[in-house]
Amino acid sequence: MSKTETAETNGISRRKFLGTGIASAATVSLAPGVSFINLAHAQPKPAGQKVDDSKRWGMLIDTNKCAKGCDACVKGCNDEHNLNVGDEDLSRPEQQSQWIRKVDLRDKLTGHESSLPLMCVHCEHPPCVDVCPTGASFKREDGIVLVDKHICIGCRYCMMACPYKARSFIHEELTMQSENAPRGKGTVESCTLCVHRVDDPNNANPITACAEACNKEGHEAIIFGDIKDSNSEINKALKKYSTSAIREDLKLNPGVRYRGI
Amino acid sequence: MKYLQTMLVMLTVVLLNTIALADVPGPNIPKANAEKCVEPTQEMRVNHMEYILHQRDDTVHEGIRTKQHSFKNCISCHAVYDENNQAVNFKDERHFCSSCHTYAAVKIDCFECHASTPSKQSVRTMSLSKDDMKKAHETRSEK
Repeated sequence: MSKTETAETNGISRRKFLGTGIASAATVSLAPGVSFINLAHAQPKPAGQKVDDSKRWGMLIDTNKCAKGCDACVKGCNDEHNLNVGDEDLSRPEQQSQWIRKVDLRDKLTGHESSLPLMCVHCEHPPCVDVCPTGASFKREDGIVLVDKHICIGCRYCMMACPYKARSFIHEELTMQSENAPRGKGTVESCTLCVHRVDDPNNANPITACAEACNKEGHEAIIFGDIKDSNSEINKALKKYSTSAIREDLKLNPGVRYRGI
Repeated sequence: MKYLQTMLVMLTVVLLNTIALADVPGPNIPKANAEKCVEPTQEMRVNHMEYILHQRDDTVHEGIRTKQHSFKNCISCHAVYDENNQAVNFKDERHFCSSCHTYAAVKIDCFECHASTPSKQSVRTMSLSKDDMKKAHETRSEK
C-alpha cells in the first residue's frame, strides 16, 4: 500500500471515529436506553441524498471457497440484469455480455488449481474513465464505476483500456431488459455492483446478485460491502487476512480484491 | 346590403360549427393507475421529457432515486394491461407513451434501453394492487 493510501485510510477512520463519538454522545443525552451497537449499524442512504465518498463499495472473493465448475454467480448476475436473453442469442458467444465470468487458473510450477469469478473490479483510478471521449464512463463518488449509456457513443475505447477485459458491447436490439438494468444496442456495459440494490433506501445491508447466488449455493466465497465502514464484514475480513488485487502492479487500487491467489 | 351581411355572418357561424363538430381524430390516452400525476397534467403534457431528463442525470451520476420523477414509477403507474392482464409494451399502440407518440409521430428513444413495462415487484410496491389498478383502469376507460 502506498503512502498516500495509508494517509487516506487513516484520515477516514479518524473522521469516522469522531463522527461516531459525537453521534453516540448526542444519543446518550437524548435517550439513555440506546446502545452504541445500534448506532454502529450502517444506515441506508435516503433516496433523495447524493452518494458521497464516505463509502467505498467493494468485494472480497475467497478463491479457496470458490468451487471449480460452479457458475452460480454468473447465472445470478444474468438473471438479475436479464443478460443474454432474446435476440442476444444472435451474437457470437464471445460477443455476448459478460458482466461476470468464471476463470480457472493453474500454477504451472506447483500444479495448484484455483477457480475465481472475474468482473469489473471498480478501480479507484479506472483506465476506462481516462480514455472515454464523451464522459460516459465515470466513477461514482462511492467508488462504483459505471457507463452512462445516455452519453455512450459505443466507441469501445474503454474495452481496449480495461486490463481486466471486464466490459461488453451490445450488438443486438434488445427488448427484454430488466427495469433495474437499462441496456441497449450500441453501448458498452459492465458490472454495476448491483447499483440499484446499493441505492435501495429500504435496505441497510445491500448484497449483489452474484454474492447472493454464491451464498445460496453454500460457498460464501463473495463478501460484498462498504470497505470504509469499520463495522462491515468486508472491512473486518480485509483487516484480518492477507488479500491481493489482480494486476496490483498497475496501481489502480481496485474495489474488488481476492484472497488465495 | 344589410341582408347580405347578415347572411354572410350566419353562413360563417354555420361553417365554423361544422368544423368544430367534425370528428377530428385525437390520441386515445389511457388513464393512469393512480389518483393524480406527480405534476399537473397540463405541465406533464408539455414538459414530461424535461423532468425525465433531469432525473436521469441525478440518478445515474449521483444515485438519487426519489420516486416522484423516477422513470420506473412513470412506467408502473401508467402501465396498460391487455385482456390477459399482462402489461403491454411500447410496440403496442395501447401503451401510454406510444398512444400519444404515435399520434404525434415523435419517436421515443427511451425504450431502446429501458423496459417499457413494470416488473411485478414495482407493481407490488405501488400503493394499489394490480387488480385494483386494472379495475380502476376499466372504470375510467368506460367513462
